[in-house]
Amino acid sequence: MGETRPGMLNEPVDPDVDLHIPAQRKALRHGQGPVVAVVALGGAVGASARYGASLLWPTTAGTFPWTTLLVNTIGCAIIGAFMVVITDVWAAHRLVRPFLGTGVLGGFTTFSTYAVDIQHLVDDGDARTGLAYLALTLLAALAAVWTAANLTRRVIEWRQR
Amino acid sequence: MNWVLVIAGAMVGAPLRYLTDRTVQSKHDTVFPWGTFAVNVVGCLVLGLVTGAVTAGAASSQVQLLLGTGLCGALTTYSTFSYETLRLAEDGARFYAGANVVASVVAGLGAAFTGAAFAQALWG
Repeated sequence: MGETRPGMLNEPVDPDVDLHIPAQRKALRHGQGPVVAVVALGGAVGASARYGASLLWPTTAGTFPWTTLLVNTIGCAIIGAFMVVITDVWAAHRLVRPFLGTGVLGGFTTFSTYAVDIQHLVDDGDARTGLAYLALTLLAALAAVWTAANLTRRVIEWRQR
Repeated sequence: MNWVLVIAGAMVGAPLRYLTDRTVQSKHDTVFPWGTFAVNVVGCLVLGLVTGAVTAGAASSQVQLLLGTGLCGALTTYSTFSYETLRLAEDGARFYAGANVVASVVAGLGAAFTGAAFAQALWG
């Protein structure tokens, strides 16, 4: 993580709206309808992709939930790259970020299935698999978002040279 | 039909996450992502309850698809959770980044176990 690169400080912590900027806080009161609509639409797309993955690669009870792990890791990698691109280079329409970041990726990845799958593994006597799944998902997800964001920043820097 | 149930649930869950996050984030002034934390914990509780009900035979697999895969799946998020953790760490708020990971996992798991226990007590 080390040194701070110039573009990084502009990137928000929250992926949709930065409420610490008064203008953006005010903007919330206007035009919420279209934002909510694209978040719903994106959520449907993301959740369908996750459901499709679970049908293609079903997880049998008591085994390691690889499909959910992969879905969550891919979603984290995409949001890492996407947030850098949309903050630093792409002056996209104001609905693109809620649609892709909040809707599609938020609907694609899941925290509830992650937790409930661990609970099931532990309750069914597969505590070791549950703990391995808990740790591996965390590591993979955080490594994916960090790697994707930093690689994207490097590519942008290199192209601007 | 199964796809319709997942989509219907997601079309409620995703905007609910967005609106909850907005409401929670406008109510405090710290850098901690309470909004995402809140939706993730609530989603874990509801999914624990729903999955428990289905296991006990009190709810159908259609309910699992609508409320579980669709609603809870879209209400909760791993991508925003990890992205917010990354940004906190990069901004120098390493304590908050670590606290977000530990608190989200501990509270999420606690909620999932609580939901399952409630389901067991109600329908088991």
